[in-house]
Amino acid sequence: MANKLIVTAAPHITSADSTQKIMQRVCIALVPTLIASVFIFGINSLILTAITVAACVLFEYGYCKLMGREVPVGDFSAVVTGMLLAFNLPATLPWWMAIVGAFIAIVIVKQLFGGLGYNFANPAIVGRIALAVGFAGRMADYPKPENGIDALASATPLAVVDQLGSSDYLTLLLGNHGGVLGETCAITLLLGGIYLIVTKVISPMIPVTYLATVAVLSLCFGLDPIVQLLSGGLMLGAFFMATDYVTSPTTDKGKLIFGICLGVITMLIRHFGTMNEGVSFAILLMNLVVPYIDVLTRQDRLGIAKAKKGGAAK
Amino acid sequence: MSNQNSKLKILTNGFLNENPVLRLVLGTCPTLATTTMASNGIGMGLAATFVLLCSNIVISALRKIIPDQVRIPCYITVIAGFVSVVQMLVKAYVPSLDSALGVYLPLIVVNCIILGRAEMFASKNNVVDSALDGIGMGIGFTITLTVMGSIREILGSGTWMSGLDGLLPFLPEGFAIRVIPESIDPFTIMTSAPGGFFVFGILMAAATWLTTPKAKKQKAVEAAEGGNA
Repeated sequence: MANKLIVTAAPHITSADSTQKIMQRVCIALVPTLIASVFIFGINSLILTAITVAACVLFEYGYCKLMGREVPVGDFSAVVTGMLLAFNLPATLPWWMAIVGAFIAIVIVKQLFGGLGYNFANPAIVGRIALAVGFAGRMADYPKPENGIDALASATPLAVVDQLGSSDYLTLLLGNHGGVLGETCAITLLLGGIYLIVTKVISPMIPVTYLATVAVLSLCFGLDPIVQLLSGGLMLGAFFMATDYVTSPTTDKGKLIFGICLGVITMLIRHFGTMNEGVSFAILLMNLVVPYIDVLTRQDRLGIAKAKKGGAAK
Repeated sequence: MSNQNSKLKILTNGFLNENPVLRLVLGTCPTLATTTMASNGIGMGLAATFVLLCSNIVISALRKIIPDQVRIPCYITVIAGFVSVVQMLVKAYVPSLDSALGVYLPLIVVNCIILGRAEMFASKNNVVDSALDGIGMGIGFTITLTVMGSIREILGSGTWMSGLDGLLPFLPEGFAIRVIPESIDPFTIMTSAPGGFFVFGILMAAATWLTTPKAKKQKAVEAAEGGNA
């Protein structure tokens, strides 16, 4: 009898999904893109990914040991952070810079704020932005694909977007152009994103609203929406970076607002800003307002006429 | 406690325990803005120390004459006088520092540390104690700015103490100690605003950790483990 009655506070319905399982699925979803980047940029991209992953795991392990905290062995979140960080770096980046990025992501953004679940922003995004601001020249040094097509080979296509014809869609889709490791091959990113949606790791709300907003706005600005969707870090950001549980809103309504705002900020930076790409800054900015979105879109509790202030806000 | 001891305590209070920047969190604007180079930090710290010492002495001496209702304008007048003196001296003798600190030199007038110590300390204590407090706080401010400037300069430009030749004329022109070889790219974010906040936050955490008694630390750890952070 006692075993059948759960005499604890809610929630009583739990899912079989653990952090570990979810993070493993994200890793699986990222693998096709990694393989594609090896084809596009050579073996260097695999080495760089291995280095950031190893650095992230070691920093997490070392910090937790040092502070006497429980070591989150094998929850794979550091692996995901490492992979995402590597995907945001150009393949030619010196290895020690990648390790600096891993330090910023894991120690400063994640662990100093209390570890997984307490980080105020996506660690990989902040790592990328700190490197992009700190080593501006190196981070914009996009390598030529090993067997690339010259028209797009130099910079991220967003820099030369005006000269693109519609015949280049296939190139953009396959990712055979310059850029950071994991952003170029749109088709594998799409594949990974669909895998995550099918396995219910992420809800389609954020990526769909984000991409749709970008498409609509690029039409408004008179830009080619397909080029805007397929180039830059948009696919990577929409499916893998913006959907991080800790730093995205919990309710569907919140996710809708989150996705639309991401699209608006991205397009504003791309179209009016001096930078070519605005995805990472859009995600960082929106990460910071997530707590407010959560409060504003909180569901009313059942049976309570007027929502009063209360309840444990996490 | 002997008299000697309490005087020493007033002096050393500002070094760490009540470090104006890291513990009282006063004067953060010049702290973040002028610490892109260690030598700027030293210059700013010394200029503020001079103003702090002089204004503390004068305000303490006048504390019984100044009516309570108009004390803030009176303090500001005294402080502004000394800032003008410092500004003229710096312009005349260390023009390189003047151009490096720019608007932050005249802005010492509104530096919260100086007004804060006038209000918190000099208006309630005698001249000798106020002078000691001014020196102590000034030294604490200077040390903090120098440490912050050193970290930001070494990581952000790879050099240390560049521009010191402006402060010390006997050094050769273009003096700088190269810490990180030029072949390694400097982490330029450190010399821009975000780097300032990074270093500031980490130093603040270090100062809090150093000044918290051991027993209290244990308690804080338990509290953190018990509830959510």
